[in-house]
Amino acid sequence: MSSETKQILTTDGIPLEVSLKKAERRNKIKAFLLVAPLLLFIIITYVLPIGDMLMRSVDDKMVTQMLPKTFKAMEKWDGKELPEEEVFAAFHSDFIKLVEEKREGKLSTQLNYTKNGFKSIIKKLRRKSKSFEDGNYKEQIMAVHKRWANVEYWQAIKRRAPAYTGQKYLKGMDMFKNESGEIVSVSEDRRIHRVLWLRTLEIAFFVTVFCFLMAYPIAHLLATLPMKYSNLLMICVLLPFWTSLLVRTASWMILLQQQGLVNDFFVGIGLVADDNRPEMMFNKTGSYVAMTQILLPFMVLPLYSVMKTISPSLMRAGKSLGGTPFVAFWKVYFPLTIPGIGAGCLLVFILAIGYYITPALVGGASGTLISNQIAFHMKSTLDWSFASAMGLMLLTGVLAIYWVYNKLVGIDNIKLG
Amino acid sequence: MALPKYTEPHYRIWHYIYLTICAAVFFFLIAPLFVIFPLSFNAEEFLVFSDGMKSLDPDAFSLRWYKDMIYGTKNPWGLATKNSFIIAIFATIGSVILGTVAALGLSSRHMPYKGLIMAVLISPMIVPLIISGVAIFFFMAKAGLAATHLGIILAHIILGTPFVVITVTATLSGFDHSVTRAAASLGSNPVNTFMKITLPLILPGVISGGLFAFVTSFDEVVVVLFLAGLENTTIPIQMWTGLREQLSPTILAVATCLIILSTLILVTAELLRRRSERLRGINQ
Repeated sequence: MSSETKQILTTDGIPLEVSLKKAERRNKIKAFLLVAPLLLFIIITYVLPIGDMLMRSVDDKMVTQMLPKTFKAMEKWDGKELPEEEVFAAFHSDFIKLVEEKREGKLSTQLNYTKNGFKSIIKKLRRKSKSFEDGNYKEQIMAVHKRWANVEYWQAIKRRAPAYTGQKYLKGMDMFKNESGEIVSVSEDRRIHRVLWLRTLEIAFFVTVFCFLMAYPIAHLLATLPMKYSNLLMICVLLPFWTSLLVRTASWMILLQQQGLVNDFFVGIGLVADDNRPEMMFNKTGSYVAMTQILLPFMVLPLYSVMKTISPSLMRAGKSLGGTPFVAFWKVYFPLTIPGIGAGCLLVFILAIGYYITPALVGGASGTLISNQIAFHMKSTLDWSFASAMGLMLLTGVLAIYWVYNKLVGIDNIKLG
Repeated sequence: MALPKYTEPHYRIWHYIYLTICAAVFFFLIAPLFVIFPLSFNAEEFLVFSDGMKSLDPDAFSLRWYKDMIYGTKNPWGLATKNSFIIAIFATIGSVILGTVAALGLSSRHMPYKGLIMAVLISPMIVPLIISGVAIFFFMAKAGLAATHLGIILAHIILGTPFVVITVTATLSGFDHSVTRAAASLGSNPVNTFMKITLPLILPGVISGGLFAFVTSFDEVVVVLFLAGLENTTIPIQMWTGLREQLSPTILAVATCLIILSTLILVTAELLRRRSERLRGINQ
C-alpha cells in the first residue's frame, strides 16, 4: 500500500515508469519498422547470397554424389597401393550410371581440377566400357589406359570424397594438397594467383600513394583559396567524379595509344623517337595512370573536408612563434590533416584493390588485377566455386581494411562530395 | 593567395612551384575529358587528331558519328539508351523510397543496434563491385531474374540505397525534431507530418541521394555484365563492348553526350548541396 502511493501514476492509473517503458518500446519498434524493409531487402538479395558464395566455395558435393559407391568402397582403402577389385567394381558401377545420365563429362571436368589428365582417360573409359565383361573390373579398367593403373589418379579421386573442401582457397593461393595430404605450393612457373595478388596489392598501394601526393596540394589550395575561386576549381574535381567511369577510361585509351596525344607530346619534346613510341597502354603503366586519375577525386574530397576545418590562424601562430613556414606546416598543419589522409588513403585503397573495368580495358595482360581473374572464372571457365573462393578472399581483405578505417576515422565520417 | 610583401625569396619560389604543381594536377584531372569533345567531331574513322583537325580545317570536322549514333544501321544505342533510362529511373525510385524510409528510422534516437544495421545497409558500397556482382548474380539466377529488367533494377537498388541512406541521414542530423512534435501536437498524423513537414525540409538530401543512385545505376557495368542478356543491354555495356572490340568514334559521340549529362547532374547536385547547407544553417 505504501509503495503504491509513492508511485507516480499517469492519468490512466498506470505507473509512470511502466508507461514510459512502454512508450520507449513502441518508439523502438516504430524506428525498427521503418528500417525493416530495406534491411530485409539487403539481407535477402545481398547478404545471404554472399553466404551462398561461401557455401559454393567449399561445396564439393557434386563429385561426392556422382561417385557414391566408389567412395563407400574407398573407405577401407589405405590409399597407398592400387585399390582392390571392390573399388574398381564400385567405380565401374557409378561410372556406367553417369554415362547413362550423360554426366561423365562433368565428372571429368571436376576430376581434372584435382589432377590434370583425367579428361582423356575418362573419354577413353567411356568408349571402352561398352564392351566390358562382367567381373574382374580392375584388369579391364587398368587396360584402358596406363594412367588408370597409376595409383596417383586413384588418390586424386579419393581426395574428392569429402562433401566440403578448402581446395579452392588453396588453389587461390597457388597451393594444393598433395598425395600424402600435405599442403604444398605449385611449381614456381605456375604460381599465377600469387603474382596476381601481389600485383593487386602493389597497384593499389602505388595508386594510393600517387593519389595522395597529387591530392594533398590541390586539396590544400581548394581549402585556402577564397570561396569564389575554389568553387570554380572544385568543378575540376567534381566533374570527373560525376562522369561515367567508361568515358574516363575511353579518354585514357585515346590519350595513351601509340599515336595518341601523350606520345605525340613526348615525340614533340624529343623525349622519344617517332619510330620508337613506347607502349603505354595494355600494360601496368596504363592501369597506373588511368586508375590514379579516376580515383583522385576520392582522395581530394576527404582531404578537402578536413582541411577546410583547420583555421589559417594556426599556421600564422606557428610562424609567429618562430617556426619557418616549413616547420609550421610540418608540426602544426600536417598532423591536423591526418584524419583526412587516413580516410582518403583507405577509401582509394579499398576501391583500387577491387578494381575491374579500367584494368580490363587498359591493363592488358600485365596490368590486370585479381578482380579480372574472378570475372574470368565467372564468365569463361564457369568455375563458380573458385570465383566465389577468390571473391571471399578479396572480401576478407577489404573488410579488414574497412575495420581499420572504422577504427581510425569512423564509419559516420564518410562524406560524399 | 597573394603572398605577403615580407615573404622571403626562396619561399616565394617555393610558393610558385606549389601553384605549378596544383595547376598540373588540375590539368591531369580535367584535361582527359576534353580530348573526347573534338575527336567525336572527327570526319575520319581514326581515334587520333588528323592533320586537318590540328590546322582547324572545317572539313576535318563532321557530325557523322552523331548521325551514326542516332540513325546507324543495326545500332544498339537506341535500345541501350532506353534500357539505361528505364533501369536507372526505376532503380532510383526504389532506392529513394527504401533508403529515405530507412534513414528516418536510423535517425531516430530509439533505433536499436544502429551501428550494426548501418554497416549492413551501406555494405554494398564498401564491398568491391566484382564481389557484389557475383553474389547478386547467384541470387538473381536462383530467383529466375537473370537477364530481366526487374533483376537489374533490383540489383541497382541494392547498389544505390547506401548513397540515399548516407545523404538522408546526414540531412536528418541537422533536422529539428521539435517541428514534427509541433505538427503532432496540432493533430497531424505521422504520414501527413512526413509529407507536409519532414519531406520538404529534407528534400535536398533526398534528391542528392537520388542523384547518386541514378548515376550509380546509369554508369554501372560490372553487375550488369553478369546479369544482362541481349535484350537488357545498357549504355555502359555497349561502351564496354565497344571499347573492347571495335573502338569507333561513335563511342566518343556517346561519351560526349554522357559528359554533358554528368555536367547537368553536377550542377544540380551542387545547387542542392548549397541549398541544403543553407537550410541546415551551415555558413560558408
